[in-house]
Amino acid sequence: MTVLWYMSRATGIVALVLLTAVFVLGIAVRGKTRLPGLPRFATADLHRNVSLLAVVFIAIHVLTAVLDSYVRIPLLAAIVPFTSGYERLWLGLGAVALDLMLAMIVTSLLRGRLNRVLWRAIHLTAYLCWPVALVHSVFSSDDLRQVPLIFIGIASVVLIIAAVAWRVVHAARQVRGADRVTALLDQPQDHAREPERAAR
Amino acid sequence: MNIVVNPIACAGHGACAELVPELIELDEWGYPVIDPHDVPAGLERQVRKAVSSCPALALSVRERQRTS
Amino acid sequence: MNGARTQPVSAAGGAARQAAGLPRLLPHGQGHARQPVAYRGADLIEAIGRSGLTGRGGAAFPVHRKLAAVKRCTMVIANGAESEPLSRKDATLLRLAPYLVQDGLHLVAEAVGAREVRLYTNEDGFLGGQETAVLNKVTGGPALPTFTPPRPAERGYLIHNVETLAHIALIARYGADWFRGAGTETEPGTMLTTIVTAGGTAVRETDIGTPLAGLAGLGDADLDKAQAVLIGGYHGTWLPTAVARHLTLDNAALRRHGASLGAGVIAVLPGDVCGLREAARVTRYLAAESAGQCGPCLNGLPRIANAMGDLTRGQQSGTRDIERWLGLVAGRGACHHPDGTARFVRGALDVFAAEVSLHAHGRCSAESRKPFLPTGSRP
Repeated sequence: MTVLWYMSRATGIVALVLLTAVFVLGIAVRGKTRLPGLPRFATADLHRNVSLLAVVFIAIHVLTAVLDSYVRIPLLAAIVPFTSGYERLWLGLGAVALDLMLAMIVTSLLRGRLNRVLWRAIHLTAYLCWPVALVHSVFSSDDLRQVPLIFIGIASVVLIIAAVAWRVVHAARQVRGADRVTALLDQPQDHAREPERAAR
Repeated sequence: MNIVVNPIACAGHGACAELVPELIELDEWGYPVIDPHDVPAGLERQVRKAVSSCPALALSVRERQRTS
Repeated sequence: MNGARTQPVSAAGGAARQAAGLPRLLPHGQGHARQPVAYRGADLIEAIGRSGLTGRGGAAFPVHRKLAAVKRCTMVIANGAESEPLSRKDATLLRLAPYLVQDGLHLVAEAVGAREVRLYTNEDGFLGGQETAVLNKVTGGPALPTFTPPRPAERGYLIHNVETLAHIALIARYGADWFRGAGTETEPGTMLTTIVTAGGTAVRETDIGTPLAGLAGLGDADLDKAQAVLIGGYHGTWLPTAVARHLTLDNAALRRHGASLGAGVIAVLPGDVCGLREAARVTRYLAAESAGQCGPCLNGLPRIANAMGDLTRGQQSGTRDIERWLGLVAGRGACHHPDGTARFVRGALDVFAAEVSLHAHGRCSAESRKPFLPTGSRP
């Protein structure tokens, strides 16, 4: 086993953790959440910066795997799913996840020029991307199925489930558009207090 | 340069008001109240950062052509 | 400028032409068909420019400038949506002289090189006739306003009120000088007005600049019994009768009192209804008609409406909040719905201030609670 092989496995695990963070931060942005101790704009900034950091780690993860002589993995297999000889299925899923990530990042960088609906549709594939990345991580090597790294895997899954649950509840409670107007009409209003700035 | 908000896209995230508090305040419902005057030269960079930081892409600038 | 030159729409087809022999939009529409079109294409656009015609949909935008703004026109749309509940002029025009509208529509399309035309009517609520809402609906979306820029003209869609197109059809036949023979120097031409009084609703064509009091169908008796006049529909301005009775119907005069013609709706509130209740009911309607797309509007308008309702019940605790909200909503939506609603409410609070006080003491000046201003869907 070469150093490169170990590096690939290590950066892969870090990338998974970073992707978990990106996902949770993305939900936080959508929910207009202010992270404790940080200004509001930091939520979106963090989400963007951590996603770029994740790409860097994935780049190293892929290159070290390709350069390593332990097994033969063509570079193209990182982008074109299911074309590697070694562990075709599990690595292929990694390529799928990477493709989705790249689509999300590229469309986000070009967001001003793109149709809003298209951007949103591609960004929604995040819900597919993370589980695919997880399956790739768990089955490409033993690492995440053994102590102690299994705890990282479990913790990530728990965080994602919590974030998705929060998002679903938030969506259910949210009244949209004209319905919001109807909901406000005929409500009793308390005029006694001074309005708080930006009360939610 | 003037700051322009697309009120339909704006969801009241409030990042803009934090980045350019000199020109943008939030009303009692969390939506930006924007100073309509020209952006002073010293704040132009902050304004551009606010534009790129808006999670809803609701903020933009309108460059005013100055005729001499 | 001559005195009141008006033609009631309801007159039979044989009614005498106006003394000066000038043709009118209604009811002699059929006669115009025999008049050949003298101005087409670039000549027509130039004639429209010289005529000084402004849009009759409410915004009074110079028509010539709109025609010049469109680069490559995909479609010309005749906007007959008339979503203002008080207004009847577009429906009347389409009923009595539809071919004038059609003519204007085709002449404009020919002049700007558009290949498609459309006559647009809708049942889509108060905002359905707004220009960007019309474009949204025509291009497959909901009938809701969109953010501008780009304006419809910049996107290749020309949208004109049906009355504007009817005037264009006449300018194409009789020329700019003829058009300028009516109205005032700065606001030439005639306009269709909808007059709503205790006696009913009537549509009249009149010179711009006609004295309000002299408008046919609006005798002094009506004004004497009135408590206030609403000019410009539900986005318009309330004026005390004492002020309104001396006004002429042109924007130059109205602007001095903070009012404008809008789409030519004039409602005279009878003395025996409660102005505050009427205004509160209309405010609630306007709030309910919000598209709910913009934070300030969807938050502010229902709260303002609730507070107006409170005022009718004698609770004045929200008065300061109303003032703050009126300031917060104006100009902060994608369309002018919040601005117009704020204008309506502010005017009502001024003109019906005495009524507000009465209600605070548990009384009301009105004998009848029968609603006067319409807020339902039209039959």
